Amino acid sequence: MKRLIALLVIVLVHGMSVAQFRVEVTGVGLTQVPVAITAFKGEDAARQKISAVVLADLERSGQFRGVDTAGFLYDEATAPDFSIWRQKNADALLSGSVSRLADGRFDVRIHLWDTVRGQDLGAFGNLVVAADLRLAAHHIADFVYEKLTGDKGIFSTRIAYVTKRGQNFNLWVADADGENPQSALNSAEPIISPAWSPTGGQLAYVSFEARKPTIYVHEVASGKRKLVANFKGSNSAPAWSPDARFLAVTLSRDGGSQLFLLDLTAPGSEPRRLTQSNSIDTEPIFSADGKYIYFVSDRGGSPQIYRVAPSGGNPERVTYTGTYNISPALSPDGRWLAYISRVNGAFKLFVMDLQSGVANPVTDTSSDEKPSFSPNSRLLIYATQEQGKEALMTTTLDGKIKARLSGQSGDIREPNWGPFQK
Amino acid sequence: MRHFVLVMGVGVALLLSACGSTVRLDNAPVEDRSVSAGGTVGQQAGGNSATVSSVGNGAVAQVDLTPRTADAVAQGPARVIYFDYDSYAIRAEYQSVLDSNARYLMADASRKVRLEGHTDFRGGREYNLSLGQKRAETVQRALTLLGVRDNQIEAISFGKEKPAVDGESEEAMAKNRRVEISYQ
Repeated sequence: MKRLIALLVIVLVHGMSVAQFRVEVTGVGLTQVPVAITAFKGEDAARQKISAVVLADLERSGQFRGVDTAGFLYDEATAPDFSIWRQKNADALLSGSVSRLADGRFDVRIHLWDTVRGQDLGAFGNLVVAADLRLAAHHIADFVYEKLTGDKGIFSTRIAYVTKRGQNFNLWVADADGENPQSALNSAEPIISPAWSPTGGQLAYVSFEARKPTIYVHEVASGKRKLVANFKGSNSAPAWSPDARFLAVTLSRDGGSQLFLLDLTAPGSEPRRLTQSNSIDTEPIFSADGKYIYFVSDRGGSPQIYRVAPSGGNPERVTYTGTYNISPALSPDGRWLAYISRVNGAFKLFVMDLQSGVANPVTDTSSDEKPSFSPNSRLLIYATQEQGKEALMTTTLDGKIKARLSGQSGDIREPNWGPFQK
Repeated sequence: MRHFVLVMGVGVALLLSACGSTVRLDNAPVEDRSVSAGGTVGQQAGGNSATVSSVGNGAVAQVDLTPRTADAVAQGPARVIYFDYDSYAIRAEYQSVLDSNARYLMADASRKVRLEGHTDFRGGREYNLSLGQKRAETVQRALTLLGVRDNQIEAISFGKEKPAVDGESEEAMAKNRRVEISYQ
């Protein structure tokens, strides 16, 4: 009977957890491209309003703003009257259609125009099952983003994060806008520090399921898990090398929290010690070119960010302002370092230009945690608290445009942004 | 004997107050669930310069570790040592706790203990994990100085993940900065 109740509880919790995120965009940027996205013909018959998902994606990037298109219903075959859209100050126009096929799938088509030059920027078509309509919308947003900015879009990528509901911990994989969450791991013990593998197929994370912190590598599609670090003491803070061969980790097996490299191609091999200090060394992260491992150390008396070559050697200090700088994240393009700094008792997200060393706070909140860059280096996702509740936010690197990914009940934390999908 | 009863009493009280913290979960079944992924097809769109891509919804198979039954088992004496803010020093008032646990461990070399370091909620999760580890290792050093063998002790940390008391008051934080002495 107890067993039955436990099962029922699990089913209930799972049922509730599919609640939807809602994106609220705040802030204004000066250089936003005005883009007109008309309602797509036939999209009201689909479960997802594709044009709205595309617009929300583009607005969340901070680089676009929607132009009013009320009353217009174009499809991809409509030859638009560009003068109307120039009058509305739209630089680009996206139209499309959604039609349901006899087998239940949806045919989604779009057409993108440069309204200023009157140019055809291309068309795009996808045949998807109902469950993939949102993903189809994210691919459309990626297409528009790339055509108009020259950069790759990140809307079809995935994020991972952890929720805590009562004493139940869940590791989720969701779309980059926080929607469509799927549970990868459900545990009665904490889960922290999820980190996507460079190809996006696996997550490394710290699980306390054995009543101590150990590190797993988890294949997301199959649920196959490998325990990769279970040494005496604590095992934590996994970070992938760009070639996916190594995990940099924090182990206390020799006493103290020290950095080690695990060779994933040689399971069971001895981890290689990377730092030798009597202080705390933790939160390693590889630079995208693999040349450095950035990490947190209190060797100078307070936690600061340092960097060291993966081959070892003398660490070099990176942060000099403030008395508490932790949780480094590096942009894939190598230009930016994001981290959390304690300022007058508040924990705030900072972004540093690595070339100049100039760092600025980018939030108004005071409990920021764990920044992670989007794969195109344009956005950050981080955890914070709003009105005493945990929340996940995205922000542009200048802090001007923020979006809250909300809707999951309970506490939500430990976001990690996955790589571009192949 | 009175000492032992006291130790057991604290153990039971802890068991009740910690709400499941002594539940062993390492035997919980690891369950692989297959997932039925929605099939997707990329298709050539009719007409002009069509770019075609196949949309694949990345399948996620869930692993469920939550225990089907919860068996709370009392195991040996349990004790807690509390710490000041930003401190790793064991206050003098806890000398008797160290002494009694050291005696208990030295009386039977087969006894194993886990020292679980904890912090209050302020600061990063990983950095707090390392701070909790430092507290646990301070207690470890104190016990080995009293004669306990190293192989009987494992110092680990939960960081800020398992507060003993919810809330952000000074009082709650003081109860959360602690090392729990947990017999295995």
